[in-house]
Amino acid sequence: MTTPLAPPDEAGVAEAIRAAAAAREPLAIEGNGTKRALLRPVQAARLLSTRALTGITLYRPTELVISARAGTPLAEIEAAVAERGQMLAPEPPDTGAIFGAAAQATTGGACAQATVGGIVATNLSGPRRITVGAMRDHLLGIRFVNGAGEVVRSGGRVLKNVTGLDLCKLLAGSHGTLGVITEVTLKVLPAAETSATVTVAVPDLAAGVRALSAGLGSPYGVTGAALLPQGHGDLPGPVALLRIEDFASSVAYRTGRLREDLAPFGDVSLIGAAASVPLWRAVRDAAPLAARAEEAIWRVSVRPSAGPGIAAAAEAIGGRALLDWGGGLVWIAGPATEAAHQAVVAAAAAARGTFTLFRGPEPLRAAVAVLPEEPAPLAAIAARVKAALDPAGVLNPGRMRAGG
Amino acid sequence: MIALPPPKADILARRAEIVDALRAICPGEATISEPISLKPYETDGLTAYRQMPLAVVLPSTTEQVAQVMRYCHLNGIRVVPRGAGTSLSGGALPLEDAVVIGLMRLNRILEIDFDDRLAVVEAGVTNLGITRAVEHEGFFYAPDPSSQLACMIGGNVNMNSGGAHCLKYGVTANNLLGLRLVTPEGDIVEVGGAHLDAAGYDWLGLMTGSEGQLGIITEVTVRILRGPEGARAMLAAFKGTEIAGAAVDAIIGSGIIPVALEFMDKPCIHACEAFAHAGYPLDAEAMLIIEVEGSVAEQDELLARIKEICARFDPISMRVASTAEESMAIWKGRKGAFGAVGRISPDYLCMDGTIPTGELPRVLKRMGEMSDEYGLKVANVFHAGDGNLHPLIMFDANDPESFRKAEAFGADILKLCVEVGGCLTGEHGVGVEKRDLMTVQFKAHELDQQRRIKSAFDPGWLLNPHKVFPLADAAPAA
Ligand SMILES: Cc1cc2nc3c(=O)[nH]c(=O)nc-3n(C[C@H](O)[C@H](O)[C@H](O)COP(=O)(O)OP(=O)(O)OC[C@H]3O[C@@H](n4cnc5c(N)ncnc54)[C@H](O)[C@@H]3O)c2cc1C
Repeated sequence: MTTPLAPPDEAGVAEAIRAAAAAREPLAIEGNGTKRALLRPVQAARLLSTRALTGITLYRPTELVISARAGTPLAEIEAAVAERGQMLAPEPPDTGAIFGAAAQATTGGACAQATVGGIVATNLSGPRRITVGAMRDHLLGIRFVNGAGEVVRSGGRVLKNVTGLDLCKLLAGSHGTLGVITEVTLKVLPAAETSATVTVAVPDLAAGVRALSAGLGSPYGVTGAALLPQGHGDLPGPVALLRIEDFASSVAYRTGRLREDLAPFGDVSLIGAAASVPLWRAVRDAAPLAARAEEAIWRVSVRPSAGPGIAAAAEAIGGRALLDWGGGLVWIAGPATEAAHQAVVAAAAAARGTFTLFRGPEPLRAAVAVLPEEPAPLAAIAARVKAALDPAGVLNPGRMRAGG
Repeated sequence: MIALPPPKADILARRAEIVDALRAICPGEATISEPISLKPYETDGLTAYRQMPLAVVLPSTTEQVAQVMRYCHLNGIRVVPRGAGTSLSGGALPLEDAVVIGLMRLNRILEIDFDDRLAVVEAGVTNLGITRAVEHEGFFYAPDPSSQLACMIGGNVNMNSGGAHCLKYGVTANNLLGLRLVTPEGDIVEVGGAHLDAAGYDWLGLMTGSEGQLGIITEVTVRILRGPEGARAMLAAFKGTEIAGAAVDAIIGSGIIPVALEFMDKPCIHACEAFAHAGYPLDAEAMLIIEVEGSVAEQDELLARIKEICARFDPISMRVASTAEESMAIWKGRKGAFGAVGRISPDYLCMDGTIPTGELPRVLKRMGEMSDEYGLKVANVFHAGDGNLHPLIMFDANDPESFRKAEAFGADILKLCVEVGGCLTGEHGVGVEKRDLMTVQFKAHELDQQRRIKSAFDPGWLLNPHKVFPLADAAPAA
């Protein structure tokens, strides 16, 4: 690839895309490239980066909104809202450890920072997703450049908006294949005063998911519900984690009630804020999975009660699992082989769920379907939607699916 | 009266044959063609607009919906989907040459799973019907439009409806997991499922709020939530709308997100009080209803914090409910607001723009001036936390000039909402009502982008073609 294009403004992005469309020369799209190794490798003449589009353009804490250009580091936004006691509620993961080696290689060793545009384009959410919604649920407005080089807006800077088709949702999670996001407006929420985690040492994963379901089905407002098959600290076996975040008095009251309610599931104990915060950061970033450099990583989403079955499938391929979202999100680390991939795909399909091959060596990612195939009528609509946004097919071709 | 696309003469001419074909798919009373029986389908919650359809079908299975869609697709017949017909933007308004597909017979609850916290229901199940089916275990379906007794989940999905409690629980889009739908070409597909965040394009998100433009939804998988231990409301009355607005900012700025935060202006307070005798302060310029959730002790603590914040804004009065009954009394006036305004003025238009909450004082002031200019009264009740306004413009439907003025006033309010950084509609949808205002919020090429996406689903523009997009060029965009 020749020198990356990193236009300093939206007009420059539009111009670059118009030129690429006119020449029918595909572009690989990225922010700082921290997730370049996600999904399929893109064959493109040039790289177009949003990294020079930076800066917070609007922040109104009392209106619960923040806008920033796509290349703004996520960390900068999180710091700005934290200063006003607020947060990006979906708790987007830091994939630095997962993709670390690969990302650093492409940036010449410097530790690249995830951009807000990249987080939106991949719709990645952390543990709090189970109760507050995904990244896409907090995306209020968007500006993007479509494959014809037109600047298009959707949504806005208000919390409620149903004006026209919701292109925010369509663009979130479209991995740069439908448009290049240039600016986003996100909903922010007050960060809780404090937090704590109830742990339950459970006999097996099925019991663990039942404990998480009991917690999520309680009136106590659980904001994180994960299951560590390999245990945690001095708890060797599977351990269920349930987080409460609120005002201090509420956290004390609610964790107390949860401990009583969850006692039938196993030995219960409490982790205070000081240890709870880093523990959930680790869960968010899938650190307990302890994936080795040569292993592939999958993210499987199923109904929570099907989670233990997916974890069993992971074990059958010689891998390990980490369960979040009440048991419904199963992170898997395992052998980076086609056979292992097909086993994960089959397990997800049997549970009528979804999967993403999150990390793997390039040949594997190029050879297999990294996302579930769509049924024919939907695939036909998808192809027409892609053409409606990117008529020349220049944006990240092949990123999500072969030939698409 | 808003313009509708000219009917296709050949379709009108083939009416008898079309009705026969539909009856072969939806036998007996499930196909309606008699004018007297079609009458209830000529309008929806926006009763100012009426149009009799070609025919109505009431399928009871997804397969029947698919057969009707395939037949209409092959024959170039327009289709208008309909749930309960409570749309306030004319979303379910028929066309003379269109078949209305009514989803009310698809009213089965297919699955309830408390462990996985979801319910699978057919599109014609009412919003409240879902909560009714799960409340014995303490669960509920969160989005709660005021029309929840009547409106159906399929309509909610297509309008992305909200409710009084969406400040905390989100709108319809945030409470869905999956859909089963029939494409305009008659294929049955499923998007999402019983799990979160299906990989691939977010069809679930795109379909939500698509106002019947992209497909017919026949089944919906919703998230169900466990209800809180309890909830309680308080009322705070202020000397000015600006002051009440500042109090709202201060509450949210303090890190509290109340489960509901409703705002009423003076005309609305008076209308509601005369109707419901809720004990609202008549000398107030603005009033807030604030609801919190949790255990009794938690409610006490939150209400005390909020009361302390409100006290800084020189309130005329504050009333904190100490029991569920007192809470209900506080809500009583608000819940009857539309009916109350209806008593002062039999006809009113309910607008639905959203503004950045910081713009509230400016917008209310300007709206007052417009009210004087147009000589029409307006009452305001809205979701203050999220800036979603509901100005109720009162007019006299027997006087065409009064209706014309009311529509012009409404359009001016919505233009103002866009001008201050907001949008045309927060939860009622564009429908036919705001269709021609779309150019105020979007540039021509942005509307074309949306049209091309509609074309990707509905190449023949047969599905609800007279809604959402300005008519002039609501043709297939190349
Ligand atoms: C008194 C009153 C109070 C209201 N309060 C609120 C409120 O608080 N919040 C709020 O958001 N709204 C409110 N509304 C508006 C209205 O109730 C909502 O928009 C509701 O979601 C419409 O549901 P419905 O079943 O009546 O749909 P309909 O009015 O029948 O249809 C709505 C739209 O969806 C399409 N449609 C319906 N079903 C399907 C389907 N299965 N597949 C494809 N397309 C479909 C129709 O073509 C139409 O465009 C209120 C209305 C009234 C009359």
